[in-house]
Amino acid sequence: MTITVDPSEIAKFEAMAAEWWDPNGKFKPLHMLNPCRLDYITTQIAGEYGRDVGIERPFAGLRILDIGCGGGLLCEPMARLGAEVVGVDAAARNIPVAMTHAEQSGLTIDYRHTTAEAMAEAGEQFDAVLNMEVVEHVADPLAYLTACQQLLKPGGLHICSTINRNPKSFAMAIVGAEYVMRWLPKGTHEWKKFITPDELCDLLRQAGLTPVDRKGFVFNPVTWQWRLSDRDLSVNYVTAATKG
Amino acid sequence: MDNPRPRPIVRRMESDLIITGGGLNGPALALAAARHGLSSIVIDSLPRDTRADPAFDGRSYALAHASHRMLDRLGLWDGLPNQPMLEIKVSDGRVGEAGAFLGLHFDSAEIEEGPMGFMVEDRHIRRALLDAMEAEPKITHRAGETVIAQETGPAFATVTLATGEELTGRLLVGADGRSSGTAARARIKRTGWRYGQTALVCAIAHERPHNGVAHQLFLPPGPLAILPLTGNRSSIVWSETDAQARAINALSDDDYLTVLRPRFGDFLGDISLAGARYTYALGLSLANAFVADRLALVGDAAHGLHPIAGQGLNAGLRDVAALAHVIGHAARRGEDIGAPGVLERYQGWRRFDTAALAAATDLFNRLFSNDSAILRAGRDLGMALVGALPSARRSFIREAAGLTGDLPELMR
Repeated sequence: MTITVDPSEIAKFEAMAAEWWDPNGKFKPLHMLNPCRLDYITTQIAGEYGRDVGIERPFAGLRILDIGCGGGLLCEPMARLGAEVVGVDAAARNIPVAMTHAEQSGLTIDYRHTTAEAMAEAGEQFDAVLNMEVVEHVADPLAYLTACQQLLKPGGLHICSTINRNPKSFAMAIVGAEYVMRWLPKGTHEWKKFITPDELCDLLRQAGLTPVDRKGFVFNPVTWQWRLSDRDLSVNYVTAATKG
Repeated sequence: MDNPRPRPIVRRMESDLIITGGGLNGPALALAAARHGLSSIVIDSLPRDTRADPAFDGRSYALAHASHRMLDRLGLWDGLPNQPMLEIKVSDGRVGEAGAFLGLHFDSAEIEEGPMGFMVEDRHIRRALLDAMEAEPKITHRAGETVIAQETGPAFATVTLATGEELTGRLLVGADGRSSGTAARARIKRTGWRYGQTALVCAIAHERPHNGVAHQLFLPPGPLAILPLTGNRSSIVWSETDAQARAINALSDDDYLTVLRPRFGDFLGDISLAGARYTYALGLSLANAFVADRLALVGDAAHGLHPIAGQGLNAGLRDVAALAHVIGHAARRGEDIGAPGVLERYQGWRRFDTAALAAATDLFNRLFSNDSAILRAGRDLGMALVGALPSARRSFIREAAGLTGDLPELMR
């Protein structure tokens, strides 16, 4: 499905893009988490493909898919690092917003209103698939992860982050983030859908992927920053898996 | 004109950074950014020949240890003439009574990093920066140019030069001093006050060697620092009331020396002037924000400090190292280096440090620029206590050497 931005609506999309990209706005929690997510993603991709992130456009020649791209918070950094980026989102309203912001930033990104399953059916292939904070929202995680696996070239890298299921994650992610801090709209998460790291790794294997790494995203309420942890995967965590 | 010329949203980027100010912090930032693969245009209002002038103009800096490390990492230290400060003696005194340097004594043997700091002349550091900038392909040095306007957009910052030329980058950095035009154009307000004091600065040649010892002498009109330069030369910084400083500055060189001599006695033998004389009105000038849309301030543009503790350039270099650290890491993870979230990381890092330093410096000056008998007794007691406690003394030394706090990569 091809989407073009209606010129009469550009002002509206610019306003929505500004909202997506405001670090203190509605998407503040994503902005706070983003440097930590990007550190993990860039390190894993650079490691897998032997790239040096200290040089310009280190990901040149790599084709990367971001599922659930939203306003483009992950797509733009990947494009800036030189990758050929496709961003897909099931929410149609996000696409022109992300397109508008990419144009303002002078970046070329292929944004599409579609799903991972539809992309897989069309036979699209990528070097890396970014699957961040999506799997806890889908109806059938195994079918979804299988589609993600199909989207990868042989040897490709799948990065998936989600939320653990235990009393602490319930307290932190739902009571804390949704009710107390009002970071996320109430009802954003359904605790029963949360997946433990072991369950996710089992699902990844069933989908034909080989888990190679897992780390926790840990929030420090004193410095107000997220960091990566080797040990603490009790709430937010991320995994890397390869195909074949 | 009926309609303003429509401006395109997307502009051609001439550079990652546009830096206004070609003094010390601006070029240092351009070099630090280049290490992360980021390009810079440095706009300097002074002509290149002024920056390259090899004549000694009397200006010098006391570089803290962390600053020395940073210049070394930037490849500027090798070949840079410098005088290590092996000891710092602090004492309390009265004009005419000086000469007996009792009181607080800091010795570099007490910290493992070596000398307390280094004295470097402005002409040498200026030249080293100029040569390094010219050898770095990622840096464009635009000397003798004036910025008359600036504008920021969703993904760019553009400055307009007096010639009408426009330059566009992702991030604009104001390194243009305490009366920063860059900060003013961004409508960043400043908070500050004057002390009613003026610093008199000069370099002297003296008969006897200084042996690498720096002296800080607290006299009732204000502090006087004697900082060792290479050879038998020292840099003098002394403070007087504004009126007194005006009067002294109007004197001939001979009369000026006549006023200066009794202030620190004859332990260096006869003295003569070895460069130009300068005056600086003392005051604090803090920018209310260190960042704005696509803009970051460094050095005096962010915080003009009272020069009593010699921390002005050191604080500026710390800004530079912190900003380079933040945008360098942002670039490695593909973030937009001028995005508000990235700039907030820099501001959060530097503002607290700066406010603390400004407050401490201010307190220090108010405490020591005073002739009250009670304050003098309290000061003497405090000095004796700090002097008697090795751990307190070591922490003073490490603080002054810039080795405390959360250090940016370039200073570790």
